[in-house]
Amino acid sequence: MSAASDVIIVGGGLMGSSAALFLRGHGLSVTLLETDLIGRQASGTNFGNVRRQGRPIHQLPLANRAIDIWRRSRELLGADVEYLQSGHIRVCYRERPELVGSMEEYADKARAEGLDLELLSGNALRDKFPFFGADVLAGSYSATDGHANPRLAAPAFARAAERLGAVIHEHTKIVDAQKIGEDFVVSAADGRTFRAPILLVTAGAWGNALSSQFGEPVPIVPRGPNMSVTEPVPYAILPAVGVMTPVEEETVYFRQVARGNIVLGGSTRGPSFPDQYRAYVEPQNTVSQLKHIRRLAPALGKLNIIRVWSGIEGYLPDSQPVMGPSATTSGLYYAFGFSGSGFQIGPGVGETMAEIIAQGATDIPIAPYTIGRFAKG
Amino acid sequence: MADPRIIIVGAGPAGTRAAEACVQAGIRPIVLDEGRRDGGQIYRRQPDNFTRPYAKLYGTEAPRAQALHETFDGLKDRIDYRAETLVWNIADGHVRTATRTMESALPFDALLLCTGATDRLMPVKGWQFAGAYSLGGAQVALKSQAVSIGHKVVFMGSGPLLYLVASQYVQAGADVVAVLDTAPYSARIKALPDLLAVPSVLWNGVALTLALKRAGVMVRNSVKPLEILGNVEDGLSGIRFRVGAGAEQTIACDAVAMGHHLRPETQLADLARCAFAFDPVTRQWLPERDGDGRSSVAGVYLAGDGAKILGARSAEASGRLTALAALGDLGLPVDKGEMASLRGDVGTYAKFARGLATAFPWPAEQAGALPDEAILCRCEGVTAGDLRAVMRETGAKEANRAKAFSRVGMGRCQGRYCGLAAAELIAAQADIPVEQVGRLRGQAPVKPLNISIGDTDA
Ligand SMILES: Cc1cc2nc3c(=O)[nH]c(=O)nc-3n(C[C@H](O)[C@H](O)[C@H](O)COP(=O)(O)OP(=O)(O)OC[C@H]3O[C@@H](n4cnc5c(N)ncnc54)[C@H](O)[C@@H]3O)c2cc1C
Ligand SMILES: Cc1cc2nc3c(=O)[nH]c(=O)nc-3n(C[C@H](O)[C@H](O)[C@H](O)COP(=O)(O)OP(=O)(O)OC[C@H]3O[C@@H](n4cnc5c(N)ncnc54)[C@H](O)[C@@H]3O)c2cc1C
Repeated sequence: MSAASDVIIVGGGLMGSSAALFLRGHGLSVTLLETDLIGRQASGTNFGNVRRQGRPIHQLPLANRAIDIWRRSRELLGADVEYLQSGHIRVCYRERPELVGSMEEYADKARAEGLDLELLSGNALRDKFPFFGADVLAGSYSATDGHANPRLAAPAFARAAERLGAVIHEHTKIVDAQKIGEDFVVSAADGRTFRAPILLVTAGAWGNALSSQFGEPVPIVPRGPNMSVTEPVPYAILPAVGVMTPVEEETVYFRQVARGNIVLGGSTRGPSFPDQYRAYVEPQNTVSQLKHIRRLAPALGKLNIIRVWSGIEGYLPDSQPVMGPSATTSGLYYAFGFSGSGFQIGPGVGETMAEIIAQGATDIPIAPYTIGRFAKG
Repeated sequence: MADPRIIIVGAGPAGTRAAEACVQAGIRPIVLDEGRRDGGQIYRRQPDNFTRPYAKLYGTEAPRAQALHETFDGLKDRIDYRAETLVWNIADGHVRTATRTMESALPFDALLLCTGATDRLMPVKGWQFAGAYSLGGAQVALKSQAVSIGHKVVFMGSGPLLYLVASQYVQAGADVVAVLDTAPYSARIKALPDLLAVPSVLWNGVALTLALKRAGVMVRNSVKPLEILGNVEDGLSGIRFRVGAGAEQTIACDAVAMGHHLRPETQLADLARCAFAFDPVTRQWLPERDGDGRSSVAGVYLAGDGAKILGARSAEASGRLTALAALGDLGLPVDKGEMASLRGDVGTYAKFARGLATAFPWPAEQAGALPDEAILCRCEGVTAGDLRAVMRETGAKEANRAKAFSRVGMGRCQGRYCGLAAAELIAAQADIPVEQVGRLRGQAPVKPLNISIGDTDA
C-alpha cells in the first residue's frame, strides 16, 4: 500500500516548501518528497536577493505577493530568516548611457505595478553610497526591496508546514511518476510509493525529468552561478547592489549581512552536475567576479574573501519559469526552472500554486510561464 | 614528449624530499609554499636577521633540520621554487596560486600535496580570551620571533607537542607553570608496544618529561579542563581544572598554550576531489591513498602530515616515496627496491603514530560536556548552547547542515579549529557515531584571498 494524501509535492526547495505551507492553509493534506535535505539546492545556496526591480513587468504582481509574505515571515514561520528590507540599487556604467533610458522606462511601468523606483545620477549615488566607483553612471534605487538568508528560508517554510500537518520525507528521490486511474503514483529510488490525485512538481533544475514522463519535455539547462563571501566587517552597506548590463561577465552584485560579511555574486556562470547534486566554482569565474566587483565598488578591494560556492539552477531559454497546470495531464502542476531569480518570488509562487490547486484559479498573471510554450508543432 | 610537469605544494620535509627525487630523475618541479622560506613547520627557518644556532633552534632534531635545509639550498637552481605563493584552489588539472599581487593557473601532470598539519584543538570555556594560543602558535612565537606568549604559561591538552613546546619554553627561560595533560598515564603504558617501533623518538619524549620535572614544572595527567578564567578586556588570568575525579583546582597564569596533537591540512585534497574515509583511531576524515601515496584521483598524490599525521621523519620518507611513485606513473625509471624500503620505513612510523594516538587520545567526550555558554566556534562566536539549540529546533545532525543553520565553522578558519570538536558535540547531542556527522566540505579559497588579487597571468 502506498501512502496517500490530497497533494504530493516533489522537490523540497523554497517552491515546494512554501507550497506545502499554503496548501495546508487551504486544508489539503500534503506529502512533500525531497531527494536530499530540504532547501539544500538552489534555494539554500543562492545569493539571497529579495529584489523586485529588474523583473519583467508581468512578474511584478507575483513579486508583490511574495514581498508581502517576506515581510510577514517572522510571524508566519515562527523563525527569523534574516529578511531585511534595506533597499536595492541597480546601476549602469558610463559606456552604456542608453541604459539610463531603459531604467527610466522601467521605472514608469513599475510604478503602475506598485513598485516605486528613484533614479539617481552617479554623483548623487556616490554622495549617498560612497563605495560606488567612478564608472557608475546612474542607478535605480528601490527602497522596499532587500535580502534574506537563503540557508534558513526554505527549511523554515518546511518546518512551519510540518507544524501544520504536512508530511515531509527527506532522502526520498522520486524516480518514476505516473497517473494510474484518478491517482498519481510516484516511486522513490528505494521502492517506496506515494499516491495522490494531485501532483505538484517543484524539482528545480531537475524538473524536466518528471515533466518528460508526462510528455512535456522542456529545454532546461542547469548552470551554477558563482558566489563568494568576505570576512566580516562593520555593518555599513544597507542596500543590495547589482549591475545592469548586457555583458554576462559584468553582471556582479553584492550585499552585506548584519553579521558583517559581504556576499558577492555573479559574473560568468559555471557548469553544474545535477546527477551528483553538486556545482563547482570555476576559479576563473572567481577571478573575473572579483575584477568586476573592484570596478563596481573599489573600496571592497581591501577585503578578503573567505569562501566561494555555487548551486544548481535550471535555466529556460526565455529566462522565465515553468509555472501552472500541465497541458497534457489533469491534476498535474508545475513550478520549476526559475532561471536564476526564483528566491524573491519563491513564497509568492508557493501561495499562488496553492491557490490554483485549491481554488482552480488565481488573479496572478501566469500565462507567460505555461509549459505549453515548449510544446512541439 | 615534453618533460612531465610536476607540481609540489609544500616545502617542508615531505615536499623537499619529493623535489629532490624529481631533480634526481632529471625533472624540474615547481615547488609552491605560502611561507616566506622553505623548511615547513618543524624545520621552520628563522627570519634573516636572526642567527640562533641549529642546536638551539631544533634541539635533538638539529642534524635533520640542517640536512634538510642544505638539501633544499642545493636544489634551488634546479627547481622552480615560488615562496609566498598560496595555492588557493585546484580545478581542471590546474593549480591556482595567489601571491600578493598575482593570480596564476599552473597546469600539471602530477600534483604532490605535501601540505602538512595544523593544531587540533578542543575548545575549553574561555578559550577566546587574549592569551590563549595553540601549541603551534606558541612554538612559532618562540622559533621565529624568540618571544614567549606570556610571563606565566600553562600548557594544556595532550600529545607529544605538548611536552616538546613546554620544554622549549623552559629552555628559553620562560616561566612554565604547569603541563596539564588530558590523557591518563595508563594510556602510555598501553601504547608502549607500538611506541617501541621508533625507540629513539620514544626516548626523546621520555627525556622531555624528565627535563620538565627536573626544572620544577608541575606535570599532571588525567586532567579535565573546566574553564580558562579571564575577561574580554584584560585577557585570561588563570585556569580551572580537575585531575581525574579529584577536587577542582585553579592556577593563575597569563597565557595558555593548548592543543591535542595535530590534524592534517586536507583542504587541497578535497578541492582536487579526492575521496575521504573516516579513520577510527584518530577520529578524523583522511584522504584515501594507497601505500605509495596515490589518491583516488589520477595524477594527485599525498605525502607527509598533510595526508596523515605520522611525523617529520615519516614525512621525509613518504615525500620521497610518493615522488618516486609519481615518476614511475609518468613512465620514468625508478628504483623499485628503494620504494620497497621506503614503504617499510613509513610502515614503522605509522606503527609509532598509532602508539601516539593511543598514548594521547583525543578527548572526544570533552566536546559533548562543554557547558552551553562556552564558545565553540571562535571566528563566528557560536556557543555550544547555540549549536545545541539549532539542533533541537531544526533536527540538523550533519556537519554541513549544522554549519548552514548555526554558522559553526563558517568563519575565516573554515572550521580548522572548531570543526572536529563541533562534530563530536553534534554526535554526543544526537547520540550517533561521529562518522555519521560527516565532515565539513572544503571550499576555496584555502586561506583568505584578497579581492584585489590581480588578473590571471597567462
Ligand atoms: C548560486 C545561485 C544564486 C542565486 N541568486 C538568486 C538571488 O539572489 N535572487 C533570486 O531571486 N534568485 C536567485 N537564484 C535562483 C533561486 O535560488 C532559485 O530560482 C530558487 O531557489 C529555485 O527554488 P526551487 O525550489 O525551484 O529549486 P531548488 O531549491 O533547487 O529545489 C528543488 C528541489 O527539488 C529536489 N528534487 C529534484 N528532483 C527530485 C526528485 N526526483 N525527487 C525528489 N526531490 C527532487 C532537489 O533536491 C531540490 O532540493 C540563485 C540561484 C543560485 C543557484
Ligand atoms: C605547529 C606545529 C608544530 C610542530 N612542531 C613539531 C616539532 O617541534 N617536532 C616535531 O617532531 N614535529 C612537529 N610538528 C609536526 C611536524 O611539523 C610535521 O611532522 C612535519 O613538519 C611534517 O612535514 P610535512 O612536510 O608533511 O609538512 P610541513 O612541514 O608542515 O610543511 C608543509 C608546507 O606546506 C605549505 N603549505 C600548506 N598548504 C599550502 C597552500 N595551500 N599553499 C602553499 N603552501 C602550503 C606550508 O606553508 C608548509 O611549509 C609540528 C606541527 C605543527 C603543525
